[in-house]
Parts: sequence; structure tokens; C-alpha cells
Amino acid sequence: MHNEATRSFSTSASFQMNPPAVITAENLTKSYGELTAVDGISFEVPAGESFGLLGPNGAGKSTTMKMIGGVSQRTSGKLSIMGLDPETHGPEVRAHLGVVPQQDNLDEELKVRENLIVYGRYFGLPLSYLRPKADELLEFAQLTDKAKSRVDALSGGMKRRLTIARSLINEPKILLLDEPTTGLDPQARHILWDWLFRLKEQGVTLILTTHYMDEAEQLCDRLIVVDKGRIMAEGSPGSLIREYSTREVLELRFGSERNATIGRELEGIGERVETLPDRVLIYTNDGESALEQVSARRLHPVTSLVRRSSLEDVFLRLTGRSLVD
Amino acid sequence: MSVLTGGHSATEAARGRTFGPLYSRNALAVVSRGLMAAKSSTWLILVSGFFEPVLYLISMGVGLGPIVGTVAGPGGQAISYAAYIAPALLAVSAMNGAVYDSTWNVFFKMNFAKLYQGMLYTSLGPLDVAIGEIFLALLRGLLYATGFTAVMAVMGLITTPWAILVIPASVLIAFGFASFGMGITSFMKTFQQMDWINFFMLPMFLFSATFYPLSVYPQYIQWLIQAMPLWHGVELLRQISIGSFSPATAVHVAYYLVMIALGIALTTGRLRKLFLK
Ligand SMILES: Nc1ncnc2c1ncn2[C@@H]1O[C@H](COP(=O)(O)OP(=O)(O)OP(=O)(O)O)[C@@H](O)[C@H]1O
Ligand SMILES: [Mg+2]
Repeated sequence: MHNEATRSFSTSASFQMNPPAVITAENLTKSYGELTAVDGISFEVPAGESFGLLGPNGAGKSTTMKMIGGVSQRTSGKLSIMGLDPETHGPEVRAHLGVVPQQDNLDEELKVRENLIVYGRYFGLPLSYLRPKADELLEFAQLTDKAKSRVDALSGGMKRRLTIARSLINEPKILLLDEPTTGLDPQARHILWDWLFRLKEQGVTLILTTHYMDEAEQLCDRLIVVDKGRIMAEGSPGSLIREYSTREVLELRFGSERNATIGRELEGIGERVETLPDRVLIYTNDGESALEQVSARRLHPVTSLVRRSSLEDVFLRLTGRSLVD
Repeated sequence: MSVLTGGHSATEAARGRTFGPLYSRNALAVVSRGLMAAKSSTWLILVSGFFEPVLYLISMGVGLGPIVGTVAGPGGQAISYAAYIAPALLAVSAMNGAVYDSTWNVFFKMNFAKLYQGMLYTSLGPLDVAIGEIFLALLRGLLYATGFTAVMAVMGLITTPWAILVIPASVLIAFGFASFGMGITSFMKTFQQMDWINFFMLPMFLFSATFYPLSVYPQYIQWLIQAMPLWHGVELLRQISIGSFSPATAVHVAYYLVMIALGIALTTGRLRKLFLK
């Protein structure tokens, strides 16, 4: 597991004067008929921040991203990107954006390199700029030897890398990344994290969704946890952990048959006991002493592990265990 | 790692352009994408679109023609059956191509290939996409019309230099259908609904004086058919093909000009519905 040591990337911005917000959402709402996918969320993202949207499947993250990109019309609320409303200034707003959608939407009728060039043309960029830029981006996505391949001949992870490379063709000021690392192998994931750090150093604002909590901890200065279209919590990864979790977590495994029954017998130890299908979690400020108390009750787990609290604990707590019950 | 060092003047210049709410004056990028895609993949589809009316012309004109003999052309003069149906087939093919490109093709690229989603995440606006796609459809129509006219010439069906004007006239017909088709597609949600379009087009193809004169119908059916766009296209091309013009020629052209204007108004009004869900 990961911990505070990875926090080097966090908020230098918060010590300075507040930079102007590049994204402001006020009561942003989107309904699809009966269903309210995004239910009145408000947030601000200052320039250069790396801002995360976390939440379970169907929480409304992608819908929010689409509204920011101006490709989905909001039902109500206000939204401003660099001072402009993406609904009335779509093309102008998107001139500043780079977008990695959740599902790759590469142009399957074009070759790999053509995808980059043509995409750049959509931004009105000249070929004299695009040709060398496309080659650099291919290099960077490690797809140089695939430049002339058809897109459907790429593996899933390669397509993802191409989509990410494509999003950088116009040197965006704001990068929208909807689950960018889904489908990437660990190497590619770390390379992407490195790119994102570098982009951030140059002042690019990052808006990121992910289901990998370690990724969110590493990359996000600040994040919101969304569930059913509403914001459940907001803050830096560290502050969320302090607020919604204990310092340590004791993880116990009794075998999947017995976790549920034993979970009840553990009540009272630590601050909170959570029973998952595969393990029991005890939230406490002192894991070792909690483990002693467990032994004192003559309960003997198959395995036990004391670890620091992570964002995952916050996430599970805030968004409930509905998948479990 | 130079990829990540931003600040090229080219990207700043591209951002500094003047944009409209739905338009970035960059339909050209959509056109060049279409040409690039055509170059690499869709030759077979391109060629099949050209052959369809040619096959009709050969089978009906050459096969059925001798049985029918000569028929009365637009000015009342006798012309061969093949010369009678050739311009009609050209009008039908202009209609079919334009409708296919502006309905099925747009629907597919929107909902399945996700092509437009990609485009619309750039600084392109929906109007750039619409203009670009209609232009491509017309370009394709122009190619087919030119090819078909050449076939007519080879078959000896062209007797006047006026006939060359069937090429721009069929682009006009295609424009009328394409501008409308895209607007109509914005109302469609499923493939089943898309089928209604064929339901409308097939009878229009069969009954718009394509294969025999309108006079075989009772008066009220004639009026109905004369209200339909294809009939005007068929008549327009038939008149041009033998250089027999009348005040009706102007009416046919005007019909299409109005249709184009209404179609553009409809499509522009529906752009958000079509492209921005
Ligand atoms: N085009 C659409 N039509 C109807 N409902 C939609 C549409 N797009 C999204 N929804 C609904 O809106 C809700 C939010 O979807 P969204 O894609 O924003 O979730 P998400 O947070 O991105 O989830 P995931 O983690 O699975 O990607 C879901 O209930 C989804 O079914
Ligand atoms: Mg999503």
C-alpha cells in the first residue's frame, strides 16, 4: 500500500495567493429524463491545480466532464471555463482543452499518425507545426513504429496511449482526463504519471477521474468524492484521510465464510469496524494495540496487516458498501 | 522532453482565432479528414455507388428499351426509352447518395463510430462538422454525376451540349436532400426510426415519373407527386438532358433553392440536438 510519502506532488498552490479559478461550476445539474446524473454540484478549480473527481460507477463523473467540454448541455446551473460558458462558446473553450474521454474515440478510418495530424487540423493548426509535433507525440507514446498502422490494429493500451498523446496536440491549458490509465500496463501508467507531473509543472490544469485511489493520492492536489450526482466530500487527499478515516487500519482475514460472523464479534475494537466480503477492517489510531485486543477475544485471523489509512478507506466509507450488501 | 514544453506560437495563434458559438470557420478540416479517409478505405463503397444507376440504365434502357420503343420527351419530341430514363436515374442516384450520406452515415458516425464525439472535443463546432459533411456528400455526388454523364455519352444518349448541365443540376438536387436529411436525422434515436427514411424514399423513387410519364395517374395523384422533391429533380434533369427548357425549368430550380434554404435552416436549428446531447 501507499502512504504519505507520495505526497510530494501536493499543494504548493495553496500556500500562495489564490490564483484565479479557470473552472467554476455552480449548482451544475444534468438530467436524462427522469434520471438526474449530476445533481447540483459546485466547485472551483484554480489555474495549475490538479483536481480529481472520484466516485462509484454512475456517480456522474463523465457527465460532468462532458459538460466542462461543452459537448453535453447542462440542464441547469452555471459553468465557466476560463471565463467563458462552454455552451455558448464551445469552440473557443475547447481550443484551450485537451480531452481524454473514458472511451477511446480514435478515428478508425485513419492511420495512427494521421489521427494526430487530422485532430490537430480540427484545432486549426498548420501542418508545419503538426508534422514534427505528431512525430514527437508518437515517440512519447512509444508508438513510433506503429505510425503507419491502422488504428484497429493497435492493442487496447496502445489505443489509450494514442488517445492521450492526441489530447496534447494543441498544447492545452486544461487537460480533462476521464479514467486515463484504465487499460494501461504498470509501466505505461507510471510514464503517464510522469507526463502529468511535468505538464502540471508547466502550469497545465488537470481534471482527472479515476477508480485507482493510489493514482488519485499521487496526482490530485484536491479532489471531490461524488455519489449519485452529489458531492460527498471535498479536500486534499491528506485532509480527506484525516477527516474521514483513522490514522491506521487493521486488516483481518478469517476466510470468506467467517468474515461476516466474526465481524460482529469485533465490535467495540478501534473506532469503527467494516466487514467486507474478503476481509474485516478495523479503523483505529493504533493498529498494533487493536490487534492485541482481537487476540484477547480469542479470535485468530488467518492473516492480519496493519497499514496506514488510504484514500480507498475514505472512498469506501463515503460511498457506502452497496456493492457488498 | 520537448513534447511537454508548450508555448508554440502556432497553438497560441490557433486559439486566438475568432469563434462563433457553433462554428469555428474550419469546415475545411472536416473535408480534408473525409478525403483522407476515402483515400485509405472506402473505395469499394465509392465504386458501388457509381455502378448502381449504371446497372439500372443498362438493364432497363438496353433491356426494356427496344420493347418500349420511343417515348415522348419533355418538349413532346420522340426520344429513346433509355434517353428518357437516364436523367431520371441520375436524379434518383443524386437523391439516394445525398440522403444516405446525410442520414445513415451521420447517424452511424454520431452513435457508433463516435467520430463526431472526437471532432466536437476539439475547437470544431457542430456547424463546421455539418458543412464539412454536406460538402463531402456533394463532392461525391459530383463525381457520380460526372461518371454517369460520361456513361450516357458513351451509350449515345447525349445529343446536345446543354446536357453537360445535368452535372451541376444533380449537385443542386443532392444539396436539397442533404441539407434536409441532416436536420431530419437529428430527430432519430434508433435504427428502427432510421428505416422510416427508406419507407419514404422507395415509393418516391418508383412513382416520380421515373420510368413512365406522370399522365398515367389520376389528377390528384399527379398533384401529390408534383409536390415531392424527386419529381422536380427528374423533370429538371430530363429537360436539361435534351436542352428543352420551359418556364417549368425555373420552377424546378426554385423548388430546390427553397428546399436548400429550408433544409439549412432546419439543420442549423437542430445542430445542438444532433451533435450535443
Ligand atoms: N446519454 C445518456 N443517456 C441517459 N443516461 C445517461 C447517459 N449518459 C449517462 N447516463 C446516466 O447518467 C449517470 C451518470 O453517468 P456517468 O457516465 O457520468 O457516470 P460515471 O461517474 O462516469 O461512471 P463510471 O465510473 O462508470 O464511468 C448514470 O446513471 C448513467 O446511466
Ligand atoms: Mg465515467
